[in-house]
Amino acid sequence: MLTIATGNKAVATAVRDAKPKVVAAYPITPQTEIVENIADFVSSGELDSRYIPVESEHSSMAACMGSSIAGVRTFTATSSHGLVYMCEMLHMVAAARLPIVMANANRALGPGWNVWAEHSDSLSMRDTGWLQVYVSTVQEAYDATLMAFRIAEDNDVLLPVMVNLDGFLLTHIMQGFETVELGDFIPETDLPHKIDVNNPGGYGTLTPPNEHFKFRWDIERALRDSVRIIEETESEFEKRFGRKYGMTEDYRTEDAVVIIVSMGTLGKEMEVAVDSLREEGIKAGSVRIRWYRPFPDLKSRLEGRDIVVIDRDYSFGFGGIVANEIRAKCNVKPYSVIAGLGGQEVTYDDIAEFVRDRKADSEFWFGVNE
Amino acid sequence: MAEIPEEEYILKTTSACAGCSASLILRYVTKAAGPDTVLVVPACCTSVIQGIYPDTAMNIPVYNVAFASAAAVASGMSEAFRAEGKDTNVICFAGDGGTVDIGIQALSGALERGTDFLYICYDNEAYSNTGMQRSGATPLGARTTTTPAGKTEFRKDLDAIIAAHNPVYMATACSAYPDDLYKKIKKALSVPGPKFMHVLAPCPPGWRYPSDKTIDMGKLAVKSGMWVLYERENGKLSITGASKAAMVKRIPVLDYIKVQGRFKTATEEDIEALQKSVDLGIEKLKKEAEGIC
Ligand SMILES: Cc1ncc(C[n+]2csc(CCOP(=O)(O)OP(=O)(O)O)c2C)c(N)n1
Ligand code: SF4
Repeated sequence: MLTIATGNKAVATAVRDAKPKVVAAYPITPQTEIVENIADFVSSGELDSRYIPVESEHSSMAACMGSSIAGVRTFTATSSHGLVYMCEMLHMVAAARLPIVMANANRALGPGWNVWAEHSDSLSMRDTGWLQVYVSTVQEAYDATLMAFRIAEDNDVLLPVMVNLDGFLLTHIMQGFETVELGDFIPETDLPHKIDVNNPGGYGTLTPPNEHFKFRWDIERALRDSVRIIEETESEFEKRFGRKYGMTEDYRTEDAVVIIVSMGTLGKEMEVAVDSLREEGIKAGSVRIRWYRPFPDLKSRLEGRDIVVIDRDYSFGFGGIVANEIRAKCNVKPYSVIAGLGGQEVTYDDIAEFVRDRKADSEFWFGVNE
Repeated sequence: MAEIPEEEYILKTTSACAGCSASLILRYVTKAAGPDTVLVVPACCTSVIQGIYPDTAMNIPVYNVAFASAAAVASGMSEAFRAEGKDTNVICFAGDGGTVDIGIQALSGALERGTDFLYICYDNEAYSNTGMQRSGATPLGARTTTTPAGKTEFRKDLDAIIAAHNPVYMATACSAYPDDLYKKIKKALSVPGPKFMHVLAPCPPGWRYPSDKTIDMGKLAVKSGMWVLYERENGKLSITGASKAAMVKRIPVLDYIKVQGRFKTATEEDIEALQKSVDLGIEKLKKEAEGIC
């Protein structure tokens, strides 16, 4: 069915369609609309789920942990301060191998108090063991949220998935999107280690160093395997419903001399910038990173080209987070542009200008060191 | 005596200290709750008592969770079980630190939402797991590693805070009176909704007394009125067991604290203040039990 809605509504609709048994959540701008819509679905009977209106984000992730270990499909949503308030629980959930799905509306952290888009919230949680996907349209928000449940709950993955959408730029933008008839696309939740009173055991018991080490390696192995599960899930989604996704979204990269890399809604602006640069005779292309964890294999596509990375985030005292991951993984020396923090406007013209001005192996703060 | 079952759910291989009353409480709690039970345990001595992976001294599932999160985890777990049509008991078993300090937000939220669970706070009046630091439940005058000269504040009135949430059932108990403890757990688990129990758990290394005196210590607490056994069902208070006598006649608080190393630095004023607060507290409870409030 084709509808017009915000990114938030699309996420809530995907949750309705995936039928979790428990949703626990706490409101925060610009995510609030997601949990309000879910509460509506639950109260109107459209979604047969328990909605737990918890008293904080630490507790929302804790409640999700409790329901997931009991073996039922579980969802929550948050943003910014809510996400970092959950930090402890994000580690707990991933290490307990619980396939919780969470939407995060990317937003800057205060002070100054700022409710607009920035990826510093989710990127500061990159080492928790959560899979992270960044979406760029309302349709993608719906599709990625649906697929997240299947990917998270796959027995070769069993890790939580965070679906990231830019605050306001996507959470509050209206676009047309199509819902799907899921059928058996997402199997019943079947958690092999769910709590079973007929088979008692300790969960999260005090664990000596060598055993702990093995558990950590298991998480890494699952993250590596998740690439295959993501690709299988997305290709089956394409076969059934016709929309194609991948670890990245590449645009005119085959013959590109310079490739722009970014995430989230900036990805679409990059494509427009690529077209206008090509008209000027600059052979540009773009790569939008969708799955940030697991990190995509980009080396063969990026090595030997000029690279411009636009980071809507920053690791203080170090550099743009995406730029530095690409530098480390792909043997390139990118022009690192820091732009769009706290919702700063970045147009396709600005992006084209970054490309024209590029200097390898240097960093540029847009709007600050002009 | 109540019919306390023979089945053991906490096995002989625990890592508890000699004379640990927290593990005694755990033993009676699990006996009363039976096998269709999941324990949710935040960071505390109980995280250690149950043994080290891959072994466990517990014969029911135990979920070890983050320090602040027990009641919230229980909320999610209880909703999930109920959604699946199971009435498995969900019991939080948490120390006083995990309850009166870091965990109180989650506990308050879960009680307010009417979560169907039982929260048990075993109160050894300090952070024992991390080496006897003060908690909000440490009594005035007690020495801990973070109050080396003795605590200068009274303990937080957890029970008043819980009572303000109107749980369907709440009770206090003490490890020295297992019969009373057992009956209260049974009663708590017989009704749906949020239930709370606060159980005094004397701790030999923390309180600095010989480990064979754990039962005596609990009895002295009750006989002096430093700990009162009661229950509140649908808001109605009744004094239970050994505390009935203490309502009328008590031993001096001094008799209780002088046998514990932790009160070594307590001043005369501290002891007087403790005695006064005990007397006042009992007057208040008496009135409430008699319906004069
Ligand atoms: C967020 C967090 N802060 C601190 C700790 C360290 N810690 C573990 S147990 C504990 C004290 C527990 O005290 P209490 O709840 O009274 O239980 P007891 O150890 O006395 O059984 C502390 C401070 C932790 N695990 N998590
Ligand atoms: S420190 Fe106290 S509460 Fe902890 S295990 Fe030892 S006796 Fe029990």
